[in-house]
Amino acid sequence: MVEQYLSVFLKAVFVENLALAFFLGMCTFLAVSKNVKTAIGLGIAVIAIETITVPANQLIYSLLLKKGALTWVNDLLISTDTYNFAEVDLTFLGFISYIGVIAAMVQILEMFLDRFMPSLYNALGIFLPLITVNCAILGASLFMEQREYPFGESVVFGFGCGVGWALAIMALAGIREKLKYSDVPPPLRGLGITFITVGLMSLAFMSFSGIQL
Amino acid sequence: MAAPKVGKVLFGPVIDNNPIALQILGICSALAVTTSIQVSIVMSLAVIAVTGCSNAAVSSIRHYIPGSIRIIVQMTVIASLVIVVDQVLKAYMYDISKQLSVFVGLIITNCIVMGRAEGFAMKNGVWISFLDGIGNGMGYGLVLIVVAFFRELFGSGSLLGFELFQLDRNDGWYNPNNLMLLPPSAFFIIGFMIWVIRLNKPEQIEEA
Repeated sequence: MVEQYLSVFLKAVFVENLALAFFLGMCTFLAVSKNVKTAIGLGIAVIAIETITVPANQLIYSLLLKKGALTWVNDLLISTDTYNFAEVDLTFLGFISYIGVIAAMVQILEMFLDRFMPSLYNALGIFLPLITVNCAILGASLFMEQREYPFGESVVFGFGCGVGWALAIMALAGIREKLKYSDVPPPLRGLGITFITVGLMSLAFMSFSGIQL
Repeated sequence: MAAPKVGKVLFGPVIDNNPIALQILGICSALAVTTSIQVSIVMSLAVIAVTGCSNAAVSSIRHYIPGSIRIIVQMTVIASLVIVVDQVLKAYMYDISKQLSVFVGLIITNCIVMGRAEGFAMKNGVWISFLDGIGNGMGYGLVLIVVAFFRELFGSGSLLGFELFQLDRNDGWYNPNNLMLLPPSAFFIIGFMIWVIRLNKPEQIEEA
């Protein structure tokens, strides 16, 4: 039991790192990795949101959208002759419900932090609302749906994805801070060299792919 | 603001102001789906359709959207369009839709779509916004196809599925470079692409 969760977690953090193996959340990943301090703030915010939204979306998927999930409605009806809810398949509504959940959760977390942890709220600043459009968040939910994780594993998976992404952005920010002092050819400065750095990091993370748990 | 010119709006983003190379938007999916040209063409068409239609839709309701909830409204419009695209792909191109896996859904959070809806469609007319969406979608598609060209050619020795370099497992001479099919190569190729673009356009060089 514990081993299974551990395996899902380690896989999400290292082997299938959302940023470095699936390129998710790249826009923020490249734009906000200029210094370590903001990268840490954003990383923490992403971990928090992933841990909440992936299980929330898992519940929505398994209790409302999946084929056969609405079977319980049949008990409320007098007869199932006209319409049988066990046949209803609402998976196509997945995208719009997940993004709605994510947007709502981000908003709630923002209000919660504002009220109870103002120091963290101020530290995160603009990054909190921006997380809504971070592909890493939606991507994790979609992978959860595709791989059909049960609830327990979805919690671990969400947390693991967040940790992996946070780890990657902190590492990149550290490298970029050092890169400021190196002599890069002018046309490669900024974005170009960042891409190549991320490529090398991704290559390093590939070495985890042999791990079997 | 002067009315933007049609040609400039449509073709500007393809070369001069490319959304991926210059504006750093929508890179997420650009890298993941580029292992073969066929898949990236389908992905580009999907993005062009979604960007064009979402720009037109957002622009047509721009006077009725309250400022405070505009992001949610744009999200909903985009998400609905992506659902349509996803269903079409599943119905007519099931294999490719399987290969694209979660990345069709991720068009929703593709920053190009959001960025154009927020930055252009909220301020301009329906027709010109539609063209802007198509133009940016094409700029995105161009980068995707160039990256896919190199990855497919060197990774599997073929283009669009036709074997161009005869592989050594078929008694040919070419030993496919598997690195090209792995994620890091996409980063390298885009990095080098930016390098080449900026060598030719020195005004884009960043001070850093």
